[in-house]
Amino acid sequence: MSEIYLNGKFIADTDKPKDLMKKFIEERRNGQVPYSVNIHYDEIMDQVKIESSHGRAIRPLVVVKNKKPLLTSKHLEQLANNEISFSDLLRQGVIEYLDAMEEEEALIAFYEDELTEEHTHLEILPLAIVGLCTSLVPYGNFNQSTRLNAGSKNQKQALGFYVSNYLVRLDMDVNLLHTAQFPIVKTIMHDYSDYSSHPSGQNVVVAVLSYDGYNMEDAIVINRGSIERGFARSTYYRPIISEELRYSGGLIDEISIPDKDVKGYKSERDYRFLEDDGIIFPESKVKEGDVIIGKTSPPRFLSSLDEYNLATSSRRESSMSLKHGEKGIIDFVLITENQEGNKLVQVRVRDTKVPEIGDKFTSRHGQKGIIGMIVPSEDVPFSASGIVPDILFNPHGIPSRMTMAHLIEMLGGKVGALSGRFVDGTPFDSEPQEKLRKELLALGFKDDGTETFYSAKTGKKFKAKIYVGNMYYLKLKHMVSNKVHARARGPIQLLTRQPTEGRAKEGGLRLGEMEKDTFIAHGSSLLLKERFDSDRTVVPVCNECGIIAIYNEFKNKSYCPICGDNSPVSNIELSYAFKLMLDEFKSLGIYPKLILKNKY
Amino acid sequence: MAKKIYEKYEDKLPLKIIEEVKSEIPKKTKASIIKKILDDVYKEFKQSSLEPGESIGIISAESIGEPSTQMTLNTFHFAGVAEMNVTVGLPRIIEILDGRKTIKTPTMEIYLKKPYSEGKEIKKIAKSIKQTTIQDYVEEISVEITESKIKIKLDKEILKEGVVDEKKILSLLKKKAKGYNVKQDRKELLVIPKDEDKNIGEIYRMKEKIKEIYVTGVKDVTQVLPVKRKGEFMIITSGNNLKDVLKLDFVDKTRTRSNDIYEIRKILGIEAARQVIINEVFKVIENQGLNVDIRHIMLVADTMTASGKIRGITRYGIISEKSSVLARAAFETPMKHLINASLIGELDDLNSVIENVMLNQPVPAGTGMPTLVTKK
Repeated sequence: MSEIYLNGKFIADTDKPKDLMKKFIEERRNGQVPYSVNIHYDEIMDQVKIESSHGRAIRPLVVVKNKKPLLTSKHLEQLANNEISFSDLLRQGVIEYLDAMEEEEALIAFYEDELTEEHTHLEILPLAIVGLCTSLVPYGNFNQSTRLNAGSKNQKQALGFYVSNYLVRLDMDVNLLHTAQFPIVKTIMHDYSDYSSHPSGQNVVVAVLSYDGYNMEDAIVINRGSIERGFARSTYYRPIISEELRYSGGLIDEISIPDKDVKGYKSERDYRFLEDDGIIFPESKVKEGDVIIGKTSPPRFLSSLDEYNLATSSRRESSMSLKHGEKGIIDFVLITENQEGNKLVQVRVRDTKVPEIGDKFTSRHGQKGIIGMIVPSEDVPFSASGIVPDILFNPHGIPSRMTMAHLIEMLGGKVGALSGRFVDGTPFDSEPQEKLRKELLALGFKDDGTETFYSAKTGKKFKAKIYVGNMYYLKLKHMVSNKVHARARGPIQLLTRQPTEGRAKEGGLRLGEMEKDTFIAHGSSLLLKERFDSDRTVVPVCNECGIIAIYNEFKNKSYCPICGDNSPVSNIELSYAFKLMLDEFKSLGIYPKLILKNKY
Repeated sequence: MAKKIYEKYEDKLPLKIIEEVKSEIPKKTKASIIKKILDDVYKEFKQSSLEPGESIGIISAESIGEPSTQMTLNTFHFAGVAEMNVTVGLPRIIEILDGRKTIKTPTMEIYLKKPYSEGKEIKKIAKSIKQTTIQDYVEEISVEITESKIKIKLDKEILKEGVVDEKKILSLLKKKAKGYNVKQDRKELLVIPKDEDKNIGEIYRMKEKIKEIYVTGVKDVTQVLPVKRKGEFMIITSGNNLKDVLKLDFVDKTRTRSNDIYEIRKILGIEAARQVIINEVFKVIENQGLNVDIRHIMLVADTMTASGKIRGITRYGIISEKSSVLARAAFETPMKHLINASLIGELDDLNSVIENVMLNQPVPAGTGMPTLVTKK
């Protein structure tokens, strides 16, 4: 007796589990059982498991009977003429969905000509074993799996032309690539996904060549001429949003140019772009600190007395201005109302980003790298036919990573560019390399894709033949201009008086515990002290009780609050963090007494 | 003549170096040349010694710590070769430096005297070291619930080997199973409780106890492995009991060792324990293919054993001996140290590094050491 389980719960038992399974699958193909229900017979446990729960991954396959797939050319014809749809095939039992467990029972052929008596299913398309992003990697089946993975992940970060109505949209953090192109070496997924209407890269000439060490460690060298011709140029859009909020007591924010007596008034210069309505005018060039939307808010605490007593306005400044390191041009101003009926102002800032040293690029094979050098056109090595490559890719990136598809794409791109056609690089179903090579030979090039190159600096011929070809390169959204950060002096935290943290707050770079140890290991004691001087303070300490005393600035005199006015007080230098710790000790009821001694 | 010159240098140079110079210099060398050589040696010696204020602790910590980050947690196994599972890598280093009392895989390396070290009766000797309990000689042991007694069926095959006979087991049972009568049947041994209505649970517990009764071998040695190393037969064990092993007459007492620091300290003293720390840590580092100067490890071992007891590099070990409250609080469990210090009114002289970093004062190391001295 075999037990039958439905979604893990025992429901019945049977003497003929295999017959049951056969019948069940037949019924499913006839449409008597929903297509998403799967069955599996576990011979070791002698259990039949039927699964209908959600959360299982199921995938479609063509049913095979007697070495013949049920999907015939007649079906394909009907599909092409829109007479039937995919769900009709499902209903006819031509295609069925298997889950991981039922797949155990199946023998699935990759290609139709591989079919034998034992085969139960056929892949609809070999490409279907990978997902959408991965199927966008040309010749992906020639890559090492980890690189394929990296390559498909990188594509998600590429800049492109994501929508065509971007002019009326106010999306956060948007980058648009100028003159994006459709790849020369494509896969069928590029066609099916309508990639030509939202491309995300450009076709460039790549030479596998090192250049004065500027493309070491995955860096790439770019031809300045290419950049000047518009390669990898992009625009960054960011909306700045402000709203007139309502507060209790009928008070309301006001979007306008703030009065000079407003609390926290910046400088007149910062408000110079604002029009009478308190909003910046389009096409003004703005830099960090410039006010985009002028706004004032009512006082925070109504109850405090001086707010009533003083006749002057006590409103707070709460304008929106550009943060540290930002710049751009005002692109678009939108004044509207939100759901609550509050006035809502959205201003879109645009900034053109020209590729610079440190910007990140990648091919579609996980071969990412940053620009190490931008070389003037006249210094870039050129081929015998006068082709000057756009990108110099370091050959050391190839052997350890084994991205064969990277090399094949270059070959394919070269053939495509020369013969004016697209090359099909669909994984498992691509134009064979041999064919590309023959075609390249017919076009008058060496069939291995290499060419004679000349150094542009000396004019001498390189001893080695250089591998050149066309590739689809992607600019990734990580750009240095959004990340560079350095600080000498800057804002500090209120509590500890130590520098703030993070780029947004113009923070310092922490010299951590282990870095501190290196100073000690070098014995550079005084340098260490200087490095930690960021929160240095001088505090008066009572010589008698050892508690931090008080400095009276009017009288220019320090006194101890415990021992009285006449106790001796000395000024000592401490880190503010230590003084804070002493205060915290006191709040815990611990008496931290400082015993002062002369150092010498 | 030459002797006198050497004597002059005895308080300048370590004896070992003088001996080395002595052995290297040919006899009948002129006294003036010997003197020149010794002067050069002294100069070299002076130059290679550390200067006051060198932060040797941190340098050692960095020198051990940096390569340790590259250590792999997975152990390497050699297929086919009989091998014992020993903790290696970072877990072992942590275990040693923490000064753990119970280590994960205690082992001994037992060296043998001649002729046993040449392989004579090596299997027999190894077997005799291994601890055996009654369950090793038993084919079946069961509790008869209806008759409330324990049935023991001895394994005749094993008994034939002649290490133990039925009589010995019988007498052992009689000695250990108090409150029970032991009878010998034709096939089996029967253990019957004297008290007839004894709880069945208790009988079951007795059965488990009988299984663990010690019969032969060295206690705690659960596994033995005879191996040939450098042309010599020796025995590697898992589980250690150095004290009892050293009592055996075929054991080479000078070279046999255990990897348990505490056991070594108890039996061979603190200096030996220090050497075990050095050896064990160095072995791990060498196995991982890393290169750490042994002097760094010696420094750690010295700090751990300087008090005569073994103290780990933990908040209960050497850290608890730091004189500064702030330094202890900066390491781990700050509240504990601060509260205790405030209860007894502890004074911090700010003599070491970490307190001075906290106060932002120059640390007393390196260039921070020299200070001005004024006449009073």
